[in-house]
Amino acid sequence: MTLRLGTGRPLLVPFLTGGVTAGWTDYLLAYQEAGADAIEVGLPFSDPMLDGTTIQQASDQALTRGATVDAILHELTAIRGRLRVPIIVMAYANLVLKVGIERLARAGVSGLIVSDLPLEESAELESAAAAAGIDMILLAAPVTPDDRLRQICHRSQGFVYAVSVMGVTGERTTLAPEAEALARRAKLLLAEPAASVFHAGSRDGADPVQRLPVLIGFGVSTPEQAAVAGRAGDGVVVGAALMRRVLDGASPADLRREVGALRAALDQGVSTATPYAEISGDRR
Amino acid sequence: MTLATQRGMRDPVAGGRFGSFGGRFVPESLIPACAALEEAFRDAWTDPGFRQQLDLFRAVHAGRPTALTPAWNLSAELGITLLLKREDLAHTGSHKINNVLGQALLARRMGKTRLIAETGAGQHGVAAATAAALFGLRATVYMGERDIERQALNVFRMNLLGADVVPVTTGSRTLKDATNEAMRQWVANVDDTHFCLGSVAGPHPYPWMVREFQRVIGDEARRQVAAELPAGVPDVVVACVGGGSNAAGTFAGFADTGARLIGVEAAGGAAMTDGTVGVVHGSRSLVLQNAEGQIAEAHSIAAGLDYPGIGPEHAHLGESGRAQYVTVTDDEVLTALKRLARTEGIICALESAHAVAWVMRAAGTDELPHGSTVLLTLSGRGDKDMAQLQVAS
Ligand SMILES: Cc1ncc(COP(=O)(O)O)c(C=O)c1O
Repeated sequence: MTLRLGTGRPLLVPFLTGGVTAGWTDYLLAYQEAGADAIEVGLPFSDPMLDGTTIQQASDQALTRGATVDAILHELTAIRGRLRVPIIVMAYANLVLKVGIERLARAGVSGLIVSDLPLEESAELESAAAAAGIDMILLAAPVTPDDRLRQICHRSQGFVYAVSVMGVTGERTTLAPEAEALARRAKLLLAEPAASVFHAGSRDGADPVQRLPVLIGFGVSTPEQAAVAGRAGDGVVVGAALMRRVLDGASPADLRREVGALRAALDQGVSTATPYAEISGDRR
Repeated sequence: MTLATQRGMRDPVAGGRFGSFGGRFVPESLIPACAALEEAFRDAWTDPGFRQQLDLFRAVHAGRPTALTPAWNLSAELGITLLLKREDLAHTGSHKINNVLGQALLARRMGKTRLIAETGAGQHGVAAATAAALFGLRATVYMGERDIERQALNVFRMNLLGADVVPVTTGSRTLKDATNEAMRQWVANVDDTHFCLGSVAGPHPYPWMVREFQRVIGDEARRQVAAELPAGVPDVVVACVGGGSNAAGTFAGFADTGARLIGVEAAGGAAMTDGTVGVVHGSRSLVLQNAEGQIAEAHSIAAGLDYPGIGPEHAHLGESGRAQYVTVTDDEVLTALKRLARTEGIICALESAHAVAWVMRAAGTDELPHGSTVLLTLSGRGDKDMAQLQVAS
């Protein structure tokens, strides 16, 4: 996996539900052109229990038009030559257990996020992923206590996914105040010498040893929020806000502008954005 | 180790496993809530004060113990001895009250002020709304839009009891989608809200906790049957299986005996017969799904059995051979419901009629030879199904 700190700018990982439209891979290319550091591809699932309305609808739309995991992976393979950024698959455990990690690796997937696979259940998949050369990115939540968070930071690869809210995916008018606290705790734990949580670059082995980045996701909805989250953490994952545009019929060119705006806001940092404290009042 | 303890339904091992099934497949956000619930349940279940309180409400509010009724006429016709454990006589009309009284008391003990629940047929929703009213908790019940249409009467009952019924319009708009929505709402409201799950499914500790709250069915029946049968224990114990809570509670009273345990699923929702290993709603079990892992819809005349999964302990009991799972068709169920009504004067729920249908089919065959003694859990009464039966007949 090639996501790493030290590029001097916060990381941007936009999300797309695989198979949401016939030409869905064009959105991936648009995301890449707009400056994504990696792209998260969601596998549509019949029972998305951690997703809010928008991504549920995207999932439903993909399945209704006949999208299958197999076809999605084939289509990903087909554009592999044009994708320079790493692809991270986000899926529910049942799909991953069925499709198998080797199949994901063959499709060129570099990272995997499984929403409903907590530490207690993930050991088996982590070893399979390691064998297949796929980074397992683990999620942390605002309620995760420090001892657990330390383990998550220890075992996560690629980055640590800080879930910003106690809730499901979906747009929010403000960034949840818990997000910053969680990102700060994770960064501290990752910097602990005792924890020795370092990322040595899993592909070429030549990277300098670095702290894993912490990305804030769930509910990051606007460039302003992205800028704030990008400073609290090391970057952001943006899903529902983009998927709503896709569901409304926006074109890849439209989405390139959306992602471009997120990129610009992240790169400019907080200077043009509302300071965090001022937008963190109410949660919805 | 005696045969009896080998065969008993034990507590799950670390992490909530029954053999290779069970576990806690939930988002990280729910891990602390599941852990806190497990701890609270362990603490309460070993606290005699909690048990006494629960026993009191079971007796004075729910009308327990429920009767054991010998089905004399039907027994004579079938050439067997059939005993009915009458959960249809429990308050709110089904065994679901046993579980919700336990969970609502536990929720109150944990300082929660609100219950959320998923419901299919509406029986669990009605029970949850009842317990919430009794213990001064707020209640929100998630119900698939399609089930709301099919079970209008129960929606009205829930409203009358002061619960909010929220239609779920995503996915197949049935029980599995209502369960997803309840999980989502639990994540967002975990501080003050207890998720009152209605069957032996879901993440650890639910499958175990709900079985323990339902084992009152089996424990009572064990004592009642002992007084009724010379052998003390029936040859066969049978119950219908949706998620599997009335069956698990019944089996728990007999798993350490030599009785054969039979779970009866709807032919159109038979996770044990047609399912494969999968992870859904927080645990690893058997589930109806396609080759890629998309969960299928179940189809049954009984809304309460319209569930594509089954509790993990049943998957384990089936795999180990301790229990056997069979299916019956909608037609057999309708016939059984009518025949029980005519012979015994009992109109049972369509769900419960699945167990009756299997007994009627099996009686006199190698499956259930003449002279067999049978305990059958009649999980609920048929009032909720009258509109549907009028259409069907
Ligand atoms: C009367 C009755 N029996 C059985 C069931 C199925 O549930 P379980 O398998 O958990 O007992 C239901 C569920 O709604 C029910 O209402």
